[in-house]
Amino acid sequence: MNLEEYKGVFVFVQQVDASITGVSFELVGKAKELAKDLDTDVTAVLLGDGIKALVDELAVYGADRVIVVDDPALREYTTEPYTHAMTEVIKEFKPEVVLYGATSIGRDLAPRVSARVKTGLTADCTKLEVDEETKNLRMTRPAFGGNLMATILSPEHRPQMATVRPGVMQKAKKDPGAKAEVVEFKPVFEKNNKYVEILEVIKKESNKIDIQDAKILVSGGRGVGSKENFALLQDLAEAVGGTVSSSRASVDANWVEKDRQVGQTGKTVRPDVYFAIGISGAIQHLAGMQESDFIVAINKDESAPIFDVADYGVVGDLNKILPLLTDQIKAAKSAK
Amino acid sequence: MKIIVCIKQVPDTNEVKINPATGTLIREGVPSIMNPDDKAGLEAALAIKDQTGAEVTVVSMGPAQADVMLREAMAMGADKAYLISDRAFGGADTLATSSTIAAAIKGMEYDLIITGRQAIDGDTAQVGPQIAEHLGIPNVSYAEDIRLEGNSLIVKRQYEDRYHMVKVQMPCLITALGEMNKPRYMTPGGIFDAFREKEVTVLTRADIEIEDQVIGLKGSPTKVAKSWPISVKPAGVKATGLDPQEAAEAIVEKLKEKFVF
Repeated sequence: MNLEEYKGVFVFVQQVDASITGVSFELVGKAKELAKDLDTDVTAVLLGDGIKALVDELAVYGADRVIVVDDPALREYTTEPYTHAMTEVIKEFKPEVVLYGATSIGRDLAPRVSARVKTGLTADCTKLEVDEETKNLRMTRPAFGGNLMATILSPEHRPQMATVRPGVMQKAKKDPGAKAEVVEFKPVFEKNNKYVEILEVIKKESNKIDIQDAKILVSGGRGVGSKENFALLQDLAEAVGGTVSSSRASVDANWVEKDRQVGQTGKTVRPDVYFAIGISGAIQHLAGMQESDFIVAINKDESAPIFDVADYGVVGDLNKILPLLTDQIKAAKSAK
Repeated sequence: MKIIVCIKQVPDTNEVKINPATGTLIREGVPSIMNPDDKAGLEAALAIKDQTGAEVTVVSMGPAQADVMLREAMAMGADKAYLISDRAFGGADTLATSSTIAAAIKGMEYDLIITGRQAIDGDTAQVGPQIAEHLGIPNVSYAEDIRLEGNSLIVKRQYEDRYHMVKVQMPCLITALGEMNKPRYMTPGGIFDAFREKEVTVLTRADIEIEDQVIGLKGSPTKVAKSWPISVKPAGVKATGLDPQEAAEAIVEKLKEKFVF
């Protein structure tokens, strides 16, 4: 493999119902930094059906070029036509780096593409940088249930491919007037045994709260004791201007819905303030929240691991402390 | 009908603790378990077996001690077990692992292959789709439910904001989510048979037709440059013996220091 032939940082742009998923803009932002270090440019790869109008949005966030594959086969995401389109783009344009969001689309598409083009893929990266000497991409990710970090290289294969966790990279500043070169690319789609049929699309209820966007999280665990008791956390959250989140234990007990779960199998959060209420602090939970700026813990159990990461911990009964805390915060705010 | 379920033995990462003094992982005494998503995949296969009398074969790649997990799978109801195990396969990344497993499966009969979505030690979710690609069959990932319909499978495929009900032709591969079902327990008779009567067939390098360039460390495009335990930041203050009023006041003071309000 002649590595020199491969140039440019490419981003797979995820769109659903002709709306670009946030992580794709984050990746364009990151790609811009990498492209600068590699002395190359950023190409967004936009796949879908009737999606050409989205090109300008990508330019505004920093794409120099947009490759558009617009075909009815790409209307809804299914594995085979998307894999085919990405593979053909890679074969034709020979990128040195390809980034995908670590979403349930990216984590299906990217491995299938990697096996088809026979290159490496690093999953769920939280950091990407260019090695100053070799110009290889250094891809860093958590492993072992969030206990270890590992830096991965793909030194002899191109493209170097990675999926990246949503919410980790920063979008670039919008440049409202920016324009990108648009390349329409038309691979041939032929139905084969790998095509599947979508019988039905069922959208989930969208009373969406995203705990990753919250500046203050009030998070409850097993120690909260019951679904009813989460009202104490809700009161505190309202007083302090925060959002309720939870540990896995509270989700498993059906006290809280899954999309509020922090941790390895939930979401990674880094709010300004994180209240850990009745959360013992399993390693998976800590992995999802320990980068919060300021962690307050309340727990009965003096030996709970949460106290190892808390900036301020109180050993005590949350049922007694929370109502007083809520009242005092309200009082302090109204005194201002 | 023949179903192959790929299962992996993993350390129970819930049980891993960090030595607060050194910041290193404490691996001793961490139990090995069947990867949870894989176990859900096995249960899905066994449910089809209950319904149709399908034959269920479990396949694993790993060191010799994975034998125990394969016998556990047979004690739950799997019919046959294969362990792909050879030093030549060691150090494999996901691409080399999937190439090896696919080459082993190529020699077997199957209508359906089930893998877990991801393993709790690596969390990559790559090996399932990659096996399907090597075998030239369709895959549907993130399956929350499956049901047979003639020569097809109807899969409830999970996304962040929606589900797709997908109809896929067999032979195919699906990757199972842990929340798909509640795996059954081993039965006493099953345990007896699995550990006394049945065999785990070991497949070594010589048993699998595959090129040297695509296996093991050498066949792995990705290399681990370095790894380190996640450092836990130094502990802050832990206040004990405060009454609730004092505790609330102390927290409010801290929040004020941080300009929360």
